Amino acid sequence: MIEVLVKSVIQLILLLLVAPLVTGIIRTLKARLQTRRGPGIGQPYRDLFKLLRKGMVIPNTASWIFSATPYIVFGTAALVGLMIPMTATDAPLSLFGGVLAVVYLLALGRFFLALGGLDTGSSFGGLGSSREMTISAIAEPAMMLAIFTVALSANSTNLSEMARSAVSQSWRFLAPSQILAFSGLFIVLIAETGRIPVDNPATHLELTMIHEAMLLEYSGPYLALIEWGASIKQLVLMTLLVNTFFPFGLSSSWMVSGLSLGLVFYLLKLLLLACCIVLVETTNAKLRLFRVPELLAVAFILGALALISTFLF
Amino acid sequence: MNQIPISQAFLGGMILYAAAGLIGLIAARQRNLVRIAACALAALGAVLEGVASFAVIKDAHETIISIPSGAFFLPYTFRLDPLSCYFNLALAVVGLAISIYSFGYLKSFDSQKPVGVFCFFYSLLLISLTAVFTAANAVLFLVAWELMALAAYFLVSFDHEKDETRRAGILFFIMSHAGTGALLVAFLLLGTWAGSFDFSAFHVASQTLTPLQRGSLFLLFFLGFGVKAGMIPVHVWLPAAHPAAPSNVSALMSAILIKTGIYGILRIAFDFLGIPPLWWGLLVLAAGTVSAILGVLYALIEPDLKRMLAYSTIENAGIILMTLGGAMVFRSYDRPFLAAIALAACLFHIFNHAVFKSLLFLSAGAVVHATETRNMERMGGLIRRMPLTALCFLVGAIAISGLPPLNGFVSEWLSYQALLGGFGSTLSLTRIVFPIAGSLLALTGALAAACFVRAFGIGFLALPRSSQATHAHEAHPSMLAGMGALAALCIALGLGATLWLPLLDPLVVQLVNNKVSSNLVLAGGLVLSSGSPKGGTVAPAVLAGLLVLLTLLPGLLLAFWRRRRRTVSGPTWDCGLPGLTEDNEYTATAFSKPLRMIFAAFYQPRREIQTEFEVSAYYPTSIRFESGVEPAFETHLYTPLKDRILARASRLRTIQAGSIHAYLAYIFITLVVLLLFGVRS
Repeated sequence: MIEVLVKSVIQLILLLLVAPLVTGIIRTLKARLQTRRGPGIGQPYRDLFKLLRKGMVIPNTASWIFSATPYIVFGTAALVGLMIPMTATDAPLSLFGGVLAVVYLLALGRFFLALGGLDTGSSFGGLGSSREMTISAIAEPAMMLAIFTVALSANSTNLSEMARSAVSQSWRFLAPSQILAFSGLFIVLIAETGRIPVDNPATHLELTMIHEAMLLEYSGPYLALIEWGASIKQLVLMTLLVNTFFPFGLSSSWMVSGLSLGLVFYLLKLLLLACCIVLVETTNAKLRLFRVPELLAVAFILGALALISTFLF
Repeated sequence: MNQIPISQAFLGGMILYAAAGLIGLIAARQRNLVRIAACALAALGAVLEGVASFAVIKDAHETIISIPSGAFFLPYTFRLDPLSCYFNLALAVVGLAISIYSFGYLKSFDSQKPVGVFCFFYSLLLISLTAVFTAANAVLFLVAWELMALAAYFLVSFDHEKDETRRAGILFFIMSHAGTGALLVAFLLLGTWAGSFDFSAFHVASQTLTPLQRGSLFLLFFLGFGVKAGMIPVHVWLPAAHPAAPSNVSALMSAILIKTGIYGILRIAFDFLGIPPLWWGLLVLAAGTVSAILGVLYALIEPDLKRMLAYSTIENAGIILMTLGGAMVFRSYDRPFLAAIALAACLFHIFNHAVFKSLLFLSAGAVVHATETRNMERMGGLIRRMPLTALCFLVGAIAISGLPPLNGFVSEWLSYQALLGGFGSTLSLTRIVFPIAGSLLALTGALAAACFVRAFGIGFLALPRSSQATHAHEAHPSMLAGMGALAALCIALGLGATLWLPLLDPLVVQLVNNKVSSNLVLAGGLVLSSGSPKGGTVAPAVLAGLLVLLTLLPGLLLAFWRRRRRTVSGPTWDCGLPGLTEDNEYTATAFSKPLRMIFAAFYQPRREIQTEFEVSAYYPTSIRFESGVEPAFETHLYTPLKDRILARASRLRTIQAGSIHAYLAYIFITLVVLLLFGVRS
């Protein structure tokens, strides 16, 4: 009990600190690749700090749903972060929910975010909610197929078991099924975190936006909580990708030496994945909304092929 | 509890139901008396039925109740085994909540409406549903089945002044009888082969049947029960009948009447017909998957709140059939443990769906009463005017979308684990079929979430979209009590899933002779597991606790960080227009537009725009816009079928010439043929 509590607190702090960092790194790398200087890696922290100190404007058409949403988005993202192995194979809360709970908790956050968008009565909010729910709906089967592939090769949907099984066969990621599943999940990651070519995280007040459209009326601490929650969600999905497919350096225990080594490996892997995301974002143009399903269909097919190849090879 | 109180409680419940109905007929003039007495008696009856059913399930004890009757040549034998009682328990729980709700709801009926007649048919529906679930022989079962259809027909057609309602009633009647026809044939065949119409004889007799006989029996039963279960493509009555009925009846139909079909399929597949061959299970799985996806796709574009809920019932029936099919496949593979998990998922979802769908229909009933429309485009802003109803609907919406930590999540989680278990089988066909079915279940779940975000977001949030919605009022306290009880049950079944699962043991033992709870419930009854030692685990109660904690955490931190933050209320950004009105809001149609375009191949959307103008098309004087989707099953299946039947029937009409002599000749010829037939055999 105490042990779980201590582990949870450590991982929670790590989660809260690393999540804005990853966002900052991605933004800076992207700026560099576009030959801009960029605002620096620390900018997301400064943004959060600034927003948390500010006052808020609450739309007078909104109900309690609008105010509850930021807390729920933050809470679900943080809870999910505690169920996923970050630096050690043993996630603090992995007993209480596996990968299915992760997917559905994130869906709970999304459910409220979409309601929050509709609650203001603005057309932008409704537009964002509608698109968010659409894209997540068609991303879901692709995501599940890829996750099933990994879960079936680990014979468990428990994330710690999945990581442990990956550690025990550390070159498994070269297997065709794993490569296919990874590619499928990578596309889902791009869609779920609202990045180019699916959504552009850098736009406001454009008719193409999805995630930002739902947040248009949020300000101050509420906005900070949602942004923080979104970056935690991004970190969680990236962690899911790097730790289940490339389990190198995952510490098998919660000893300090193992953990610090694990942390170094973990950050390196995240950096590599961030580089991949930045490359994709810089070399692609944003797709038209109705071309996104085709991209996600590719992810679905990759997932299905991954599944088939688990018993072919 | 020993045997006598169980049978007394069971019969006492039936008698109370009957009394409620009779009061409705006798004292039809005293509207208030009827309303209060009938609802109270029905609620009491439901309590007794619930207690009896719970006792049977808990003790896993079978009780047979025979009533000696000379009349009607009906063998009044009821068998209370765990499976029957599980469905009867769901009926009792939902029936109790609906009866409490009806107390206030019936008040809202127009003074011209016969409340007494309504109460009579409502009670008749409760009695016949109880009898369907507990009948111990085919004759009683079919009689109860017909009574149920009849009572439901009269309740659906209650608002018979509307053309739409009359059509819905007749469609329900026809479809229901087509299904009963299939059942009648199946029961007659099985009864003849078994030499008895007793249910207990069926199981024994089916061992001696040839595969062809068993297969055709299964198909007939599956079709007959599938109609009631709302399975696609025999679902067409459902989205017409459920919205047309008064909302308390819609709730009872969607929650329980649909389940009589599922009950029937469970009975035949696991009791009457023995170990099923592989294709039965795959057929049920496929039918379930199709129903789930198409059901939710139709629900997604439906602007009528109650019809949307009806389509969502088709979706949930599909999910239930998916796990049921899975259990059948595992049974034919002789994997009792996996079959037990799949069955647990199936049974759990049956109960969960009964609870959250009746909750949603009851809330929808309150909303429809307050806003006088079923169209969600004309609702909006109800969260301020009907805060408690909105909260109840929200709980139902979260539960039905399968989101943690409510009950829908737990049964979907179990369904995933059951479907994933199918990967371990040896045939490569099923190894690939199950994970694909799992991913389609994920699609269904995500689309359902989109569907309920739309329903709640458009129907309850932001600005009112009509003057009725502006002046809506909160529901009657008894209606809120009924809804509140169901909402609390959604939460309790989710958080307490580990306590509820052991209750399913007697049923699972009865059906596949395997226990689940001892394998599925770990860590002192806190954690739910997928069965294998290192498989998946989930603890809904812990997740809920942690979620509350982590949700409150930032609030606490902000409160401790003493800083004066000014919170002001301001207008929503309206792009500089003079004030936000309901016309600026996103509509339900717009909300589902992206999905309508993505699945255009399925929906085949059409739209028609007529613009009238005098000078230029840019300055129209009036615009008429109409859009819709192709009702594929109606146009491609039912209309041609109906036309063909009518054509055949008109050809047959030539023998009905109106001449008495010709008719006497027909009777004579028939008699001779029958006599010859009788002599020969």
